[in-house]
Amino acid sequence: MRTLFEKYPKEKRYTLSILQDLQKQYGYIPKDKLIELSQYMGIPLSRLYSMATFYKALSLKPKGKYIIKVCDGTACHIRSSKTILDEIENTLGIKPGETTDDGKFSLETVNCLGSCAIAPVMVINNKYYGKLTSSMVREILKEYGGADDE
Amino acid sequence: MMSRTVYVCCGTGCLANNSMDVYKQLKKLAQKYEADVEVKTIVKATGCNGLCEKGPLVKIQPDNICYSKVKPDDAEEIVKRTLMNGEIIDRLLIYDTALKRRVISHKDTDFYKCQMKIALRNIGEIDPANIDEYMERGGYKALRKALFQMTPQDVISEIERSGLRGRGGGGFPTGVKWRQCSKFQNFPKYVICNGDEGDPGAFMDRSIMEGDPNTVIEGMTICAYSINSNRGFIYIRDEYSLALNNMNNALNQARERGLLGKNILNSGFDFDIEIVRGGGAFVCGESTALMQSIEGNVGEPRAKYIRSVEKGLWGQPTVLNNVETWANIPEIIMKGSDWFCSIGTENSKGTKVFSLVGKVKNTGLVEIPMGTTLRELVYKIGGGIIGDKKFKAVQTGGPSGGCIAEDLLDLPVDFDSLKEAGSMMGSGGIIVMDERTCMIDVARYYLSFLSEESCGKCVACREGIKRMLEILTDICDGKGIEEDLELLESLCHTVEEASLCGLGKTAPNPVLTTLKHFRNEYYAHIIEKRCPAGVCPELTAYEIDKKLCKSCGLCAKNCPASAILGKRGEAYSINTQLCIKCGNCIDSCRFNAVKVKKEVGK
Ligand SMILES: Cc1cc2nc3c(=O)[nH]c(=O)nc-3n(C[C@H](O)[C@H](O)[C@H](O)COP(=O)(O)O)c2cc1C
Ligand code: SF4
Ligand code: SF4
Ligand code: FES
Repeated sequence: MRTLFEKYPKEKRYTLSILQDLQKQYGYIPKDKLIELSQYMGIPLSRLYSMATFYKALSLKPKGKYIIKVCDGTACHIRSSKTILDEIENTLGIKPGETTDDGKFSLETVNCLGSCAIAPVMVINNKYYGKLTSSMVREILKEYGGADDE
Repeated sequence: MMSRTVYVCCGTGCLANNSMDVYKQLKKLAQKYEADVEVKTIVKATGCNGLCEKGPLVKIQPDNICYSKVKPDDAEEIVKRTLMNGEIIDRLLIYDTALKRRVISHKDTDFYKCQMKIALRNIGEIDPANIDEYMERGGYKALRKALFQMTPQDVISEIERSGLRGRGGGGFPTGVKWRQCSKFQNFPKYVICNGDEGDPGAFMDRSIMEGDPNTVIEGMTICAYSINSNRGFIYIRDEYSLALNNMNNALNQARERGLLGKNILNSGFDFDIEIVRGGGAFVCGESTALMQSIEGNVGEPRAKYIRSVEKGLWGQPTVLNNVETWANIPEIIMKGSDWFCSIGTENSKGTKVFSLVGKVKNTGLVEIPMGTTLRELVYKIGGGIIGDKKFKAVQTGGPSGGCIAEDLLDLPVDFDSLKEAGSMMGSGGIIVMDERTCMIDVARYYLSFLSEESCGKCVACREGIKRMLEILTDICDGKGIEEDLELLESLCHTVEEASLCGLGKTAPNPVLTTLKHFRNEYYAHIIEKRCPAGVCPELTAYEIDKKLCKSCGLCAKNCPASAILGKRGEAYSINTQLCIKCGNCIDSCRFNAVKVKKEVGK
């Protein structure tokens, strides 16, 4: 773990970078790592907490195996991203920011993914799906093994 | 022997459409067949070409052929017919709806013809991973010119005379900012590129950083020379992985060539740039919050009694500009301020890049001279509204901007006229809306975005936005009352006045402009209890017009609730009990037979 920290000089301005690296490595920021970081940098834990909650890219909760990001950027919104979101919420029984109990899926909304031409868009672990309709979403989720109890 | 070059667009939009597979397949097959034919093919990956709607795009030079919607399976045919024999494959050409025929080069379409590329001059033409290609197209000549033929004062005067205004939203004159900063003799000084791009519906800055990172580096270095700074930062949000990658790579190559670092090009001038990854908070796009974030703090804005040009990053004099602003600098230095001034309107010179999205046929990245009308933008470049539905509004300026209605379509797009119309230039998102867009829902959308993004420092911003959002939600849910409109208006003014930074100050804009231009739609929701666009579920019912229904069954196939019943040969009908109001049917019917009911029986 030290090595992850030591890539950066012990300066306050690298805190966000280290938190981002932790997020990438674990998919979230584990509490013990946060404590370690606080000791390493000599920064109060409360300050690290407020950073981890302020920045959208950071999460203090573990994420599922498949992270579904539904674009709710403006272009997607007016091309009915809400319907897509509703479909996923109903099928998986989770809301944005939540993870299914089996740890399989996490649902998030994001802003513009730069693919407005194929709005509405969602991304599952870096794979893009565009021009979505609710029936397509249902099919796609099935491929990932969601909603098989229906 | 004829050598052909193949360019595959690998901008974010095309990548999402599998352009990487197309690229790999073309590259593989081109290599495979090269042995027995005398055609040399270089497959290059480029940044966004702009015409994302038709992606993935594949361009072939020198024939000037552009293929659209290319699939990996098309690669074989492209290599064999076009690359080896120069034949054109008709079915892959772009169909221009205005000309009603297929065109060979993308440059023949109205989409391109009405544009003028300055900031985007290299994008789609070069491989962003290769600095040599940037240099072949004149890159870093402006830096040479500045370092060896101009004094720092000359550089600043040139930028001042060009009339260039910041492209990140506010439109502050760039030269004036540099001039002010140059006067402070307090070192070190810093140069910052704002690549945060928080507007939830825009991707211009990202495309520039992905497709032509060197222009940003060159622009920043020229500024650094003029204000005597040795250190720069580029703030890019962490989600923009391709932009981060390409920028990092470009910085390394520039250092290797002696274009960055110590003693640049043996001029004795030192300057280097570091990338800072942003954490994805909208307010961090605000200049003072961004500096806080670079310093390693929570990104909260501060009051600007003392401006950043005097006390910015770590309390030192700092120039901060937007990505697109930087991309304009090398061209202005090379071609001169007179040239730049000849483009645009009285007080807004040059061009502006927009991401043109929403209910428009040609979605994409466009660059137009200032002063182009919204009508040209939507109908000529954009090709009109999808499905030839009725135009309703354009929204500019992102969450801080406003909606502009049909009667202002002939408005020339520049900083001042947009402001007069109650909206603003913003960073360049243009969202086209049609009759199926509910304006109350749009206002609510922006407020819900802003209420999440408010840093919470000012009570008016934090609580005011939340309260307005509640009222709008009530209206969309059919619980609105007439007094709400007055309350909304007064809240707007409070939030505007009592907020510290631009986020709060402009947050009421989406509400104020919709109240002004689309008041009837508010009344329809509040008094008639219906949503004319058919978006708000509580206030919407759909019906199928029996006369128009051709009994194709498409709506029934697309209905997730199995609410549409009917038989071939008979008109279909909707069971309102089962309908979940998703709107799939209305959007899928090709005969416009599905309608939003005029009366919603409660
Ligand atoms: C809430 C808020 C968000 C902003 N977001 C951005 C942004 O994402 N990108 C940007 O370039 N400017 C943004 N700005 C404007 C910056 O504060 C600043 O004016 C601009 O980057 C200056 O560069 P320019 O003069 O080249 O436009 C934002 C301003 C506010 C108030
Ligand atoms: S106006 Fe809003 S976002 Fe800006 S400083 Fe105040 S609370 Fe924060
Ligand atoms: S709105 Fe959706 S649920 Fe209702 S009839 Fe149409 S497709 Fe079916
Ligand atoms: S708004 Fe969804 S990709 Fe742009």
